[in-house]
Amino acid sequence: MFDEYTFEELKAILIMQSFGGLSLLCIYVLMGLGLYVVFGQMKVINMAHAEFLVIGSYTMCLASKFVIEVMPEFINYYLWVAIPLAFVVAFIVGWIIEWILISRLYHRPLDTLLATWGLSLIMQQCFRTFIGAREMSATLPEWLMGSWAPTDIIDIPINGLVILATTIILTVGLVFFTNKTRWGLRMRSTSQNRQMSQALGINTKVTDRFTFALACGISGIGGAFLTTVVSTSPTAGTTYIVDSFLVLVLGGLGSLFGLVISGGFLALLSSILEFFMSGSVAKVWLYLIIFVVLAKFTKGLFSSNIRS
Amino acid sequence: MKSQSTPTLTPNEGFLDKLLSGRSSFLSYSLLALILVVILPLTLSEFRLNMCGKYLCYSFCCIGLVLCWGHAGILSLGQGLYFGLGGYSMAMFLKLEASDLESTKIQTTPGIPDFMDWNQLTELPWFWQPYHSFTLTLLLIIILPILLATLLSFFYFKGRVTGVVFAILTQSMVACAWYFIVGNQGFFGGINGMTDLKTLNGWDIREPSSQKILYFITVACLFGCLFFSKWILNSRLGRVLSAQRDKEERVRFSGYDLTAFRVFIFAVAGVLASIGGALFTLQVGFMSPNLIGVVPSIDLIIYTAVGGRLCIVGAVYGSLLVNTARTLFSEAYPTLWVFIYGALFIIIVLALPKGIAGIWSDHLRVRVRSLLKLDKKDKPEKLTT
Amino acid sequence: MSNTNTDFLLAIEDLTVSFDGFKAVDSFNLYIDKGELRVIIGPNGAGKTTVLDMICGKTKSTQGSIKFKNKELTKLREHKIVRAGVGRKFQTPSIYENLTVFENLEISYPWGRTVIGSLMFKRDQKVLDSIHKVAEQIYLIDDLDKQAEFLSHGQKQWLEIGMLLVQKPELILLDEPVAGMSVKEREATAALLNEIVRDRAVIIIEHDMDFVAQIAKKVTVLHMGKIIAEGTMDQVQNNEKVKEVYLGH
Repeated sequence: MFDEYTFEELKAILIMQSFGGLSLLCIYVLMGLGLYVVFGQMKVINMAHAEFLVIGSYTMCLASKFVIEVMPEFINYYLWVAIPLAFVVAFIVGWIIEWILISRLYHRPLDTLLATWGLSLIMQQCFRTFIGAREMSATLPEWLMGSWAPTDIIDIPINGLVILATTIILTVGLVFFTNKTRWGLRMRSTSQNRQMSQALGINTKVTDRFTFALACGISGIGGAFLTTVVSTSPTAGTTYIVDSFLVLVLGGLGSLFGLVISGGFLALLSSILEFFMSGSVAKVWLYLIIFVVLAKFTKGLFSSNIRS
Repeated sequence: MKSQSTPTLTPNEGFLDKLLSGRSSFLSYSLLALILVVILPLTLSEFRLNMCGKYLCYSFCCIGLVLCWGHAGILSLGQGLYFGLGGYSMAMFLKLEASDLESTKIQTTPGIPDFMDWNQLTELPWFWQPYHSFTLTLLLIIILPILLATLLSFFYFKGRVTGVVFAILTQSMVACAWYFIVGNQGFFGGINGMTDLKTLNGWDIREPSSQKILYFITVACLFGCLFFSKWILNSRLGRVLSAQRDKEERVRFSGYDLTAFRVFIFAVAGVLASIGGALFTLQVGFMSPNLIGVVPSIDLIIYTAVGGRLCIVGAVYGSLLVNTARTLFSEAYPTLWVFIYGALFIIIVLALPKGIAGIWSDHLRVRVRSLLKLDKKDKPEKLTT
Repeated sequence: MSNTNTDFLLAIEDLTVSFDGFKAVDSFNLYIDKGELRVIIGPNGAGKTTVLDMICGKTKSTQGSIKFKNKELTKLREHKIVRAGVGRKFQTPSIYENLTVFENLEISYPWGRTVIGSLMFKRDQKVLDSIHKVAEQIYLIDDLDKQAEFLSHGQKQWLEIGMLLVQKPELILLDEPVAGMSVKEREATAALLNEIVRDRAVIIIEHDMDFVAQIAKKVTVLHMGKIIAEGTMDQVQNNEKVKEVYLGH
């Protein structure tokens, strides 16, 4: 299948496809970050996590609609308000949901899987009922829509670059937050020894709620940026949920580093496969490769060897 | 001697209760038989009865999930894969029969299924050949899920993958199967599935009379599977399975190779789902990837949970109830139904982890016993069709 | 790795395990005779439980050999080690709470441990007899129909010991068998241990020194993954190094 391309073209394809893979990686990582934090601390598998991504997307779309109708002159700048807004909305919804539902489900991972699936159905129906079933996309400022061409056959879209930058900032930010701040310390101590943390006067309930909401907020930002690439619909989240969980499992469930690497592996593999074969066949091969890898490394690629 | 009697379930139950539990088990099977064989066929229209037959096909998967998830603690989010294996096997047989030379003479290549012809295939692929024979098809419906379930679980169980990680893996497996079928339009009919299935060895399966017969065949198979599962659960293997669910290490250090036990029960669940799938194709007359994807697979779990994840008879009521409710509600209030359905997942997890079987065993049974000396013969809470 | 065969029931040589660089057990040697009762003591974190974990295969060793009846155990999977004749009791009682005492013992019965075998398993007179015999030994003969979660803590410990006895192992590993027991239960346990050691070897980890004195003939003291003393209870108690470790400076 390589015959019809010259070497130069193949190289360009590889670069562009890996860049395409990078955008996918960003979505995986932004989704995975939230799943990882929530599972790590509360042993909750959140099947509704992708819906927070969608909340972020909708916030962005509605914000752009509002700006166009009310103050079209700000269309180039609304992003700087809409993205924090996406975080805040997802954070608040996450806070409420943790309070009502998730807090009752700690350390019952299999049960959370079911309950949060129900939650995701409800959330999707809410989107459909209150926002509309049709696909929706945000009007983007002009500066986001161009592309950057380092050589004449390589062509890299700017919005992809922006997503990449955001993902890096958020990941580094989260690492910094958990490792260097007081809140982060509380989160880590709660996840390591809940009872001891309580005894030390940490309000573990609030810490959990905050962690969950934070994870949702990160997803919200991810969703906001997603609108710069694809349009959004009530069920847009389902596209990513299976793959995101697979990334998490492949990364070893307990390692941020593993999450990023396995996200990269999956994203790169899938975008290269997708170039050479039809989307669904590429998916089949992608899954099969992961199944084989996981059959060999059953603990994931990056799990630490600590006595249980 | 004291211990020779069958083991009691709770310590405060005496000899009388043990007898009753034996009797109530017999009663619950008789009641199910009464409902499925007499009441439903007499009261429902042909159309509704066919729908019930369809729902019963799901309950095969649910029985498998009771064994695999409820008793052995292995949650599979991908039973649709095995449902599809049986469903597609049956569909391939029926499709070949429907694609004889006479009825496909307008095609470029007569004698092959229409979707192959549309996709420029000129020859029947080799893996379709066994489906010329009905006996082989039936064999494959049993053997394929055993092989596939073993292949897809052995390495993971050997590497001690359990719980959430295995659940996620099974979900990806069913997603993979979905993409596989959709991506291979020429071989499996793609997203449209296999349609226009007409006859089984010359017997028209679309006739109302045949549909009624198929319903009874389904019920018969269902009872076969129920007894088979009951036999497994009552054996030492059943106790080992629930023991390893709660105390994995202890069982391992009693000398059991858990990998084999887990693969076994996962394969049994697969076979049950496959039988359900084959019967489904027969009653509905088509098979499509959207019947076996990620979402239908999770639906199977909620049917099981509603019936009671530890109760095989409950699995049947669960799939009948939820599907009936879905049909009734989504005809009248489609939006409301999604909210109810979503809430159902949450309610089951938070308030009713044992499903309706739990309502019966935890609340009603005691009350019924204190009210009456006799065991009550009707359990009105279980079916409201 | 040693290839020499010995007359010992269990011969552990040069056993080492490290977790991410930390050596929890370091060049450990231990020889157990048939019919011997050995007590391993040592302060917290000395590596006692890890030694048992490695014998029964729960933890894989980094180097060294464990030979049971001259059969190398380090490469075997857990159920194979059990079938070779090693039984393990955990620190906190690990029993099946929602099964009856009888069923708990029955699951440990060494027949029908394969898939087919367990499907075909019949509860015949032989099974009943051996379970009753064990139930009598562990003082639970009147509680066979009781659900295990309603047993007292001490009874649960006995039940787990009984589950091992049903397996008819030649070597039993007990991790703190009298933890949480009353004085009376301790005495009964000591009697039980003295009785079961007649047919088999037993390795016990224990903190309770009075209890150790009651049962032990030979004691091994472990500290920081290494053996620092071995001998009779008196010898060990008068050992300077042991005093140092337990009392500190």
